[in-house]
Amino acid sequence: MENIKEIPQEKFAFVGDKNLSHDVKLDTKPRSYLRDAFSRFCKNKGSVVAAIVIIVLVLFAIITPWCTPYDVSTEDINFAFALPKLHMFENTNFWDGCREKTDGFNNFIYYYAMSTELNNAKEGNGGHNAIKNEQYEVTDDGLYVYRLDSYHSNGTQYKKMSVENYELIQQYQNETGNQVIYPTIRTSDRPKATQDNGNANYYFKTRMVNNKTEVVLDDDGNVIPVYWQDVKENIDDGYHSLRIEGQDGIERDGQVYYNVYARYVSGGDVEVRVNYYEYYIFQHTYVLKDGITEPYFILGATNSGRDILTNLSSGARFSFLFAIAIATVNMLIGAIWGAISGYYGGLIDLTMERITDILSAVPMMIVITLLKYHMEETSQILILFLAFIATGWIGMSSTVRMQFYRFKNQEYVLAARTLGANDFRVMFKHIFPNSLGTLVTSCALVIPSMIFSETSLTYLGIISLTSGDITSVGTLIAAGQPFLTTYPHIVAFPSVFLALLMLSFNLFGNGLRDAFNPTLRGSEG
Amino acid sequence: MYMFKYVLKRLGLMLLCFAVIMVICFVLIKMLPIVVTGSFGVDKNIQYRKLEARGYITNLQWDENKINIVGFDKVPILKQLGLYLKRIFLEGDFGIGTTMPQYEGQPVWDTFVSRLPPTVLINIYSTIIGVPIGLGLGILAALKKNTWIDHVISTGVIVLISVPSIVYALLILYVLCFKLQLFPLRMDAGTDYLSWSMFKSMMPATLSLCLGSIAGYARFTRAELTEVLTSEFMLLARTKGLTRGQATVRHALRNSMVPIFPSILSEFIAVLSGSLIIEQMFSIPGVGRLYLDAINAQDYDFFMLLSGFYCLVGLAAGIIVDISYGFIDPRIRMGAR
Repeated sequence: MENIKEIPQEKFAFVGDKNLSHDVKLDTKPRSYLRDAFSRFCKNKGSVVAAIVIIVLVLFAIITPWCTPYDVSTEDINFAFALPKLHMFENTNFWDGCREKTDGFNNFIYYYAMSTELNNAKEGNGGHNAIKNEQYEVTDDGLYVYRLDSYHSNGTQYKKMSVENYELIQQYQNETGNQVIYPTIRTSDRPKATQDNGNANYYFKTRMVNNKTEVVLDDDGNVIPVYWQDVKENIDDGYHSLRIEGQDGIERDGQVYYNVYARYVSGGDVEVRVNYYEYYIFQHTYVLKDGITEPYFILGATNSGRDILTNLSSGARFSFLFAIAIATVNMLIGAIWGAISGYYGGLIDLTMERITDILSAVPMMIVITLLKYHMEETSQILILFLAFIATGWIGMSSTVRMQFYRFKNQEYVLAARTLGANDFRVMFKHIFPNSLGTLVTSCALVIPSMIFSETSLTYLGIISLTSGDITSVGTLIAAGQPFLTTYPHIVAFPSVFLALLMLSFNLFGNGLRDAFNPTLRGSEG
Repeated sequence: MYMFKYVLKRLGLMLLCFAVIMVICFVLIKMLPIVVTGSFGVDKNIQYRKLEARGYITNLQWDENKINIVGFDKVPILKQLGLYLKRIFLEGDFGIGTTMPQYEGQPVWDTFVSRLPPTVLINIYSTIIGVPIGLGLGILAALKKNTWIDHVISTGVIVLISVPSIVYALLILYVLCFKLQLFPLRMDAGTDYLSWSMFKSMMPATLSLCLGSIAGYARFTRAELTEVLTSEFMLLARTKGLTRGQATVRHALRNSMVPIFPSILSEFIAVLSGSLIIEQMFSIPGVGRLYLDAINAQDYDFFMLLSGFYCLVGLAAGIIVDISYGFIDPRIRMGAR
């Protein structure tokens, strides 16, 4: 072709709108890395279910402590070992706070008399059945089979209180019509056996046989009440409230007797016999006004009478927050350490690697113990926190280091450096985002193991988190384990929670790992 | 020769690492105040004199009547370290118990050795039960991949791996020991460790230990074996006329064992350390319980010995895994350039 040096301008013409073949823009929508990962995650049914379970558990941990009227430390030893009870199931034999018992006559009549007294006390104020519905069966061996209500089996108790309190209860009784105070019994009529002497539930005639209390029955087979009764002139108990029977006195031998409701004891106090269930309600609604309307433990109560639901959910909340906080800190430290070590390489890398080698060889228990010894005064949470951080970041840092080794000599990094980006910018703007996916995944995998370690440490009692309103699932299990054979519900609920949590976190983590691994794309078919 | 050098190098590094950790531990422990608890029948003065005799404290100060020791000076930590090491290497003396009444004044090494059998036995039983079952299940799942057998095994494995040992230990305690009464609730007392009733009473703990390792081995084996089964030399083996069974046993299994066998070896090392949780839950008088008691009572000599022990076991298990690769598979030449 002829070589034209200078082409005159008029030779040029605009092409105009004629069809020029550019690259055709793709009609399909671009899929971002995250969206791709998400869609792959959703294909894995198990992981999706696990994610939903995790969300439910987290919501349980967040919301429940606010919904229950109890605090973690609210405890009442009288309701220790109370069984799980849900109002919905009150009329069934399941989840009703009762347990089936097979007993000899003496134990049975104790609860039966308790039921009779408290239940028939006053019209419309019943429902204090120690024996559920007062139903029982007698076996061929003469044993009694019945369902014992763990909420009402406290029956009555002698309580010493100041006169003001005594007046307050009477005022409460008059206002609400709920009977708290029951007629008292002369000390001489109480059981002779020392172990039963202070037991207010023996309101009937008893005798002592072989140092054990036995019930004396009348001809019809009923218990014989031995309430303290006297003529009106002799009574000085200052009682002016509900009476169980004989509001106008009981006529006997031509004289009118009244039940005595209080006994003066030394120090100007009075000793009254209270129905503990009603007394609990009185205490919480009238005196403390803390929102508790009745003893009602949906998942039962622990050996010290704490509400398991509240404790479990608070423990779970603590575990979640704690694990997330530690994972975040570990991720930060690990990212910085791994970035420096991986980016600079050489001698720096070698030194840092040796340090992590030594650190990772130290067993967790030693770290915890040393921290515990040296920081006895500080809070246990801080010790736990430091112990988890001390060696926890090593895994993260090696992940980051590996990614840095992989990417630091790639062309785009060299380009960035040529353009004048400083080390910091190259490290955190250009290389670090590559390791974010694996880092997040390893976080999800680390959280359950952290929760597990925390649970086992509190279970072993090395770290005790029982102070104040903080508790842990491990503490609950440790407290309930001695009673595993008699009251399995105390360990059952925390265990189920723990198992569910670990299972779903593992499934979720595995799903997440697969989803963020683009090499698996399409392999699931 | 490569191997020998490599092993030596690894051992040297391990010992160095161990020494650094233990020196740090020693210094941190010796920085703490000395705990002297004069329990019943134990004179505080004697305890102070014992500590003085071991070179931990010096310059005892008596009160006016020369009855009680009221003060003392600490020996510099480096000097204490020197004395400590000298006693260990020259006399085999790891110190004496100071704060736990039942071990007061006794050599910690003897106590430690007397506590070792239950821990080791339970772990050995668990390994003996766990490894064959785990491998068997893994092989079965890999051979019957994507059938219902595989699905059942895989699901069980996931459940067993995820559910923490606390939970199934409790379950075993409640169902097997209490409801079905197959085993006693607590381990038998005494030191007749090889009797039948002792074996039976160790079973619950053994079971709860081995469930986890069964699941671990099953998963590992399944993953390895499925990978080997799909490789090309398996196709070649079949092409040259081997039956499926021959090919699987001679070629696939042997190759898949390369990564699995080291982990079994390391488990045999790790049997020494045992599990704190299992020992606590089944009240087994093992090393783990001793460790827990010692750290609660702040008995420093016990702490040093047991920490060193746990640390060494962990390090050794790691090294065994690395080195055994070279012995098992001649294709792998450790440390070769």
